[in-house]
Amino acid sequence: MSSDQPRDSITGSSDPLTSTRDARMGEGVDSRFNSRLREAFGSTPFILTKFDKFMNWVRGSSMFMLQFGIACCSIEMMHTYSVKHDLDRFHAGVPRASPRQADVMIVPGTIVSKFAPRMKRVYDQMPEPKFVVNMGNCSTSGGPFQEGYNVVKGAEEVIPVDIHIPGCPPRPEALVYGVAKLQERIANGETSPVTVKPYELEEFGDLDRDEIVDKLADDIDEETLVMRYNWADSP
Amino acid sequence: MSTQKEEETEGADAPVAATEAGADGDALEALVSEHVLEREDHLNAPGFVIRADAVQDVLSTFKEEAGFDHLSCVTAEEHEDRFESIYHLRKYDDPTQEVSVIVPTSREEPVSETAEPVFRTADWHEREAHDLVGVEYDDHPNLERILLPDTWQGHPLGLDYNQDKPQIVTFEENKNPLEDHERAAGDSDTMFLNIGPHHPATHGVLHVETVLDGEQVADVNPDIGYLHRCEEQMAQNGTYRHQIMPYPDRWDYGPGGIINEWAYARAAEDLADIEVPEYAQVLRTMGSELCRIACHMLALGTFCLDIYGDFTAIFMYAMRDREVVQKLLEDLTGQRMMFNYLRLGGVVWDVPEPREEFFENVRDFLDELPERLDEYHDLITGNEIFQARTIDTGVLDAETAKNYGVTGPVARGSGVDYDVRRDDPYGYYEELDWDVVTEDGGDNYSRLLVRMREVEQSARIIEQCIDLLEDWPEDERNIQANVPRTLKPEAGKETYKTVEGAKGELGIYIRADGTEKPGRFKIRSPCFSNLSALKEMSTGEYIPDLVATLGSLDVILGEVDR
Repeated sequence: MSSDQPRDSITGSSDPLTSTRDARMGEGVDSRFNSRLREAFGSTPFILTKFDKFMNWVRGSSMFMLQFGIACCSIEMMHTYSVKHDLDRFHAGVPRASPRQADVMIVPGTIVSKFAPRMKRVYDQMPEPKFVVNMGNCSTSGGPFQEGYNVVKGAEEVIPVDIHIPGCPPRPEALVYGVAKLQERIANGETSPVTVKPYELEEFGDLDRDEIVDKLADDIDEETLVMRYNWADSP
Repeated sequence: MSTQKEEETEGADAPVAATEAGADGDALEALVSEHVLEREDHLNAPGFVIRADAVQDVLSTFKEEAGFDHLSCVTAEEHEDRFESIYHLRKYDDPTQEVSVIVPTSREEPVSETAEPVFRTADWHEREAHDLVGVEYDDHPNLERILLPDTWQGHPLGLDYNQDKPQIVTFEENKNPLEDHERAAGDSDTMFLNIGPHHPATHGVLHVETVLDGEQVADVNPDIGYLHRCEEQMAQNGTYRHQIMPYPDRWDYGPGGIINEWAYARAAEDLADIEVPEYAQVLRTMGSELCRIACHMLALGTFCLDIYGDFTAIFMYAMRDREVVQKLLEDLTGQRMMFNYLRLGGVVWDVPEPREEFFENVRDFLDELPERLDEYHDLITGNEIFQARTIDTGVLDAETAKNYGVTGPVARGSGVDYDVRRDDPYGYYEELDWDVVTEDGGDNYSRLLVRMREVEQSARIIEQCIDLLEDWPEDERNIQANVPRTLKPEAGKETYKTVEGAKGELGIYIRADGTEKPGRFKIRSPCFSNLSALKEMSTGEYIPDLVATLGSLDVILGEVDR
């Protein structure tokens, strides 16, 4: 049997589908449109025009999460992954230990000065396209620790963020809702705001000038500080 | 109520303690009289001000001759005219026997002698004091910053530090630690392995610098501070009555919330002389034990995650049981994790109406628990593969444990029979019938076993609390003592009080300065001390056993870094 002729077994098994399709197509359509792709995609012959949309849908429906625990929220995040809430039901439940296998990073906790650069490194290691969900008040704004001398006032100072979920900590239901919203955005082809406020530049100027600060200031390459995350320009 | 009991216990125990010293300040003073500058008693213990060059002499005398073998905490603070380091000593046999050693140093030259040769645990505590307050310790083996990054300017808990001014670490500052590692230099047989701070086996943001010799661990150095979110600053900027209480929930977010709140409540109630009604004590006891079960279930689930390597049945089962506990706690307090349930002088509200339904839910949970624990034992402790992985790995003997200030299930797994709930009773524990669990193995298996058996004991305590609450006469359900709206303990009052957290002895030191905010608020975190013993436990072991040991220590990084 050649591949351009539909097999009887397939045609027979998808008979209701085929009859619907025939009804929509009307009479007189050439049989050359019958192919395996037609079997799979129904009556629309032009699948390529919708491929972007299809890819967005795929991205939203098969998200690999980064297994990334920071603070209190990570406990609720674990609850969201496991029984009862089971994020896997929403096509988003496979925690990957390596950032190189992950699409989505949930930032579950307070970012402090020592950890912020490490988090950025992990974010940079994730392959494009990548998405970030801020879980909880700490990663949104510093939360209850905002006045702390060591606390970065929100993950958005370091990396671009798509979804913020308020709460201290948010309930698992809230996280599920946030992830569902992210999937919606991805499926519609929306992305996060692209330019990030470089927290280094903005907050560095206030410090007393001394040797170390001077040296650090000299070391800053302003080119590398402007972080742009943009699908189109990324390699 | 509780304070009375403590006094009774202390009185009853004093003759039993072999030395005439005990917490008897005068006898202790006689032991070290040549070094003592003056007496400065704290609410919880006699305090001796000593010269800065006699720290080791005094501490070793107390350790050897008076039996104070537990350096619970080191608090450093800055005054207008001096720096102070306070060493809080107590005994593993009887923690009600306490003594504080106060070491003042001048502001111009804040150098005092290190206590590290006497108590190994002083190593990390003094590094923290140096990091946050700026006291220098002479002859300290490694006096580097421990919580803040190396590039930090100034000491944030000092008096002249501007806490509003942010400092940052540039991306470049955090270069790859492997970059400069010269493999061939000197010892070409070893390999440097960098674990964390983002790593699934470190339970949060812990960074472990490991040197490997083949597959064996030659050296291991936990690098902490990736979650140092200024808990002490937050507490010092809040008022006693209401503003501090939400923060303890976020120390041990296992969730040990109610236990942590109790630590603060116990210290503050001691400071302000507040008597807690008995009914509230029963509620606190019940809440604490529910928290302890949740914490131990988390420890069990994540430990097995480390051993078995994936999100498999045991992790899911542990999470399932935690869901039940969290539901009960939510019914009681209104929140799943950050309870904010305790108030100074009591709790915020009574058990939810209808009471019968709540009690029934708790009973249902307790009834199912033995069956579930049997299931865990079948899956975990009875599993030969698991036994091969955990028995005789990560061994910590009792003496080393005491030297490192290790407490909680980790100490009890090494045969140290120490539990603050029994030895320094608070709340309603003294009236209830329960046992302290110990195991002699000192290995990863024993620590897990201790936790699983403690869950049974917690269940016993909860059951008795439920019985008590059910039968409590309706007109005597007093949930809060009468506490003034503004608390201003008089200046100079100092106290150090501990409770038994899920991870060990959780202590709070407060110095009142006459205002409605604490002058100094210091948290003694059990995980901090437990983690410092990691090197002793895993040097010479295989690298997978290091991961298992880390899991069995059950560190919560929020509590380590505070």
